[in-house]
Amino acid sequence: MLKQIEGSHGVAEAVGLCRPEVICAYPITPQTHIVEDLGALVKGGKITDCEFINVESEFAALSVGIGSSAAGARTYTATASQGLLYMAEAVYNTSGLGLPIVMTVGNRAIGSPINIWNDQSDSMSMRDAGWIQLFAETNQQAIDVHIQAFKIAETLSMPVMVCVDGFILTHAYERMDVPDQEQVDRFLPPFEPRQVLDPSDPISIGAMVGPEAFTEVRYMEHHKQLKALEIIPEINNEFKEIFGRDSGGLISTYRADDADTLIVTLGSVIGTISEVIDEMRDKGQKIGAMTIRSFRPFPLDEIHEVLKKTQRVVVFEKCLAVGLGGIVANNVRMAHRGLTTPVYTVIGGLGGRPITRKSLNELFEKAMNDDLEETTFLDLKQDVVDHEIDRAEKFNRSGAIAENVLRQIGVVDVAKTS
Amino acid sequence: MLQVRIHGRGGQGVVSAAEMLSVSAFLEGKHAQAVPSFGSERMGAPVVAFCRIDDKEIRLREPVLEPNALIVQDPTLFQAIDVFNGLPDDGYLLINTGRDIAELGIEKAVARLPEGHVCAVPATEIAMKYVKRPLPNAVLLGALSAITGVIKIESVEEAIKSKFPGKIGEANIAAARAAYESTSTKS
Amino acid sequence: MKDQQVKFYQTGTLTVGNRLLDSELRTVQATIDRSNSLDSGHRACQGCGEALGARYAIDAAMRSTKNQLIAANATGCLEVFTTPYPESAWRIPWMHSLFGNASAVATGIAAAMKVKGKNDVRVIAQGGDGGTTDIGFGCLSGMFERNDDVLYICYDNQGYMNTGVQRSSATPGGARTATTMPVGPEPGADFDKGKNVPLIAMAHNIPYVATASVDRLHDLEAKVQKAMSIRGARYIQIFVPCPLGWGSNPASTIQIARMAVESGLFPLFEAEHGEITTSTKIRHKVQVEEYLKVQRRFAHVLKNPDQLQKIRNIADNNIKKFGLMSSTGGEE
Repeated sequence: MLKQIEGSHGVAEAVGLCRPEVICAYPITPQTHIVEDLGALVKGGKITDCEFINVESEFAALSVGIGSSAAGARTYTATASQGLLYMAEAVYNTSGLGLPIVMTVGNRAIGSPINIWNDQSDSMSMRDAGWIQLFAETNQQAIDVHIQAFKIAETLSMPVMVCVDGFILTHAYERMDVPDQEQVDRFLPPFEPRQVLDPSDPISIGAMVGPEAFTEVRYMEHHKQLKALEIIPEINNEFKEIFGRDSGGLISTYRADDADTLIVTLGSVIGTISEVIDEMRDKGQKIGAMTIRSFRPFPLDEIHEVLKKTQRVVVFEKCLAVGLGGIVANNVRMAHRGLTTPVYTVIGGLGGRPITRKSLNELFEKAMNDDLEETTFLDLKQDVVDHEIDRAEKFNRSGAIAENVLRQIGVVDVAKTS
Repeated sequence: MLQVRIHGRGGQGVVSAAEMLSVSAFLEGKHAQAVPSFGSERMGAPVVAFCRIDDKEIRLREPVLEPNALIVQDPTLFQAIDVFNGLPDDGYLLINTGRDIAELGIEKAVARLPEGHVCAVPATEIAMKYVKRPLPNAVLLGALSAITGVIKIESVEEAIKSKFPGKIGEANIAAARAAYESTSTKS
Repeated sequence: MKDQQVKFYQTGTLTVGNRLLDSELRTVQATIDRSNSLDSGHRACQGCGEALGARYAIDAAMRSTKNQLIAANATGCLEVFTTPYPESAWRIPWMHSLFGNASAVATGIAAAMKVKGKNDVRVIAQGGDGGTTDIGFGCLSGMFERNDDVLYICYDNQGYMNTGVQRSSATPGGARTATTMPVGPEPGADFDKGKNVPLIAMAHNIPYVATASVDRLHDLEAKVQKAMSIRGARYIQIFVPCPLGWGSNPASTIQIARMAVESGLFPLFEAEHGEITTSTKIRHKVQVEEYLKVQRRFAHVLKNPDQLQKIRNIADNNIKKFGLMSSTGGEE
């Protein structure tokens, strides 16, 4: 049914349709509306046969989930940023144990400095933890990918992180098609665990594994993710058949077939990028884009196939490998192996900085002329950083960087209008 | 595509206004995107919300930099931030004030806008009369419908009802309708 | 004839205390068909109090629940010595997740049982003092305040033993550990620090809190049984000597536990919803020195009258606070 609702509410409804049995809730901006909506849906009887538990921390949220999933209950939780880091130990524990928990990450920057706005550093920090990581481009996809996530997770017995850009998607009111229960029931059968705590058939889960066996256990996780490269598209096809939409899979492309310049990115920024691509195409410029939908497993072959058709690649990412440059770019470079075309890294949107058509236009023009550094920080205030670097060189007690920068940029720009 | 930017302070229902505007458009079969622009939530701080309306899927996700229509729920903001940034010469301006536009000290920004595109609506007073609370957001949507015609007043009323059921909804609807009617006669 | 309560200590299958009891009051350890939930073949140290306490407690819980039990275990000695890959000594469904989350994992298991309508399956969370009083404290408090239907058992050997005997907030003042070494006049572990988790559990107003010791099996089993007859958050802290960590004779584990109780240093009591309901009177008062001198971790204390007096004071305060001496000084 078509509804005009907040992205978070769409996610909550989608999760509810998947018949979750245990939901653990701990609030953190920008995911709060998701857990609030789920709480209301459970309390109001719209979601039945479900325990909604308010826990005392994100570490507890995922830990409670580990217990309920191991005991055979379909389990869900959501977090972001600091919360994801706080549960980091449990994140690795979940994947190591092979528990098919589905968790929404409302992508948000990580402090210090504390910042509540969108970027993708949080899910990137857990990229190698063994969770499947799927990124939604729109709120419709957010709904659809959550439904697919439960099926992917339970098929592989592996946890899935569904990444949804904070505020930009979570807090946007948009038109979405919320599936009906009958469709979801057809698509998603009840949870059949591969291992379960059951007094009638006792097992021990979570033993210590020594040097003689650890490598093999870890290899199995890697193997599962490689298998996921097949399973994810299969499940996306099944989804398409029942729901009529292509919302998942490994990658998507936009006007990429004959593009000389290819922009590679993740998540909601593809919306604005598509608008710029259309404007430039109208001027005859051959530019296109690829959006990575499954970041883990990383679809090396699928991405390589698209990269080899273009003359230059611009990876646009909302995260930063401090001391190195691009996180996504470095993953893309692995897929780029064997090709000699240039790959440019662009870091943009950090801490929620708006990404405008104007800036993208200028950036893409530069790229098309190969007039870009290897790594670019989009819209960087060069004068501010120069000033700060200079200050740090002059004074020992130069002060906290974050506060210095804020002071330079000033508070609200007061402009007289008369 | 139509782009609306709503300025106000926390607690004045700026975000709800954008949401209801998007629902109004949805009810007319259009695509609409409403997004808040937050600082940390607190009463009284400047808040901005955006709403885009189009006949096809809206892909753009940047802030509304060139609003076709600007709604200012709190005129004290004129001294605090650059409210008019990006407003084109044929844009619409709707201000919540019981005073005359000339008294607001914004002549320079207003002068370039066409006749009938600038409107002062005593939305808070109207809200106090019908809703008994100083929440001007629904009222201003009624006025927006009148001066721009971008959404029908009936859609605004439906949108208000879906957000505020019961007596509160009815009161807001009446207030919006009152603003619509008085604004229509003025322009 | 008037009922008279007669206390017998640690009993086995053949001693007087067990044989005179009605069969349903006998210790479950005395029956051939006991569940042996923690089976032989585990790798605990000789004389490990925790292995003993865990076997007693879980078997008792199995009897109470008619073998419908699931356990979540924190990282620690118990987890490590019971599951040396590829073996497991557990005969019950058992899970180890992390160091600090046993109580949260148990909450999750209990929620799953509830949602699936399996009301007769009960859940235990267990861990050592490190995993309970320190790193697991946040999750423990959360489980208490939600009144989740979990029994948490803390095996208190007063330190992080599995990692090499480091101080925890359960380590008593004066004790030597690897991170609280006594030097000159300085004590091992500091005095005036530490947490009393049973009292903290009581402050959460949970339905049942108890302390127990491996020196008296019937009492421990009775407390576990009592706990399993109640729904909601429950907590039992069991005193379990660690010969390796304490520098004591492995053969003396039970005797040392006895002395801890009879000196007043480890009071035995029960509480419900924040009010103490029973406390065990000291039968033959043991001087604190007798308890300390058989543990090398306290060697330093015995040479230091100030520290010794501090420990005596702790014992005296416990005796006063929990009413551990009867008016006649003997049996009640």
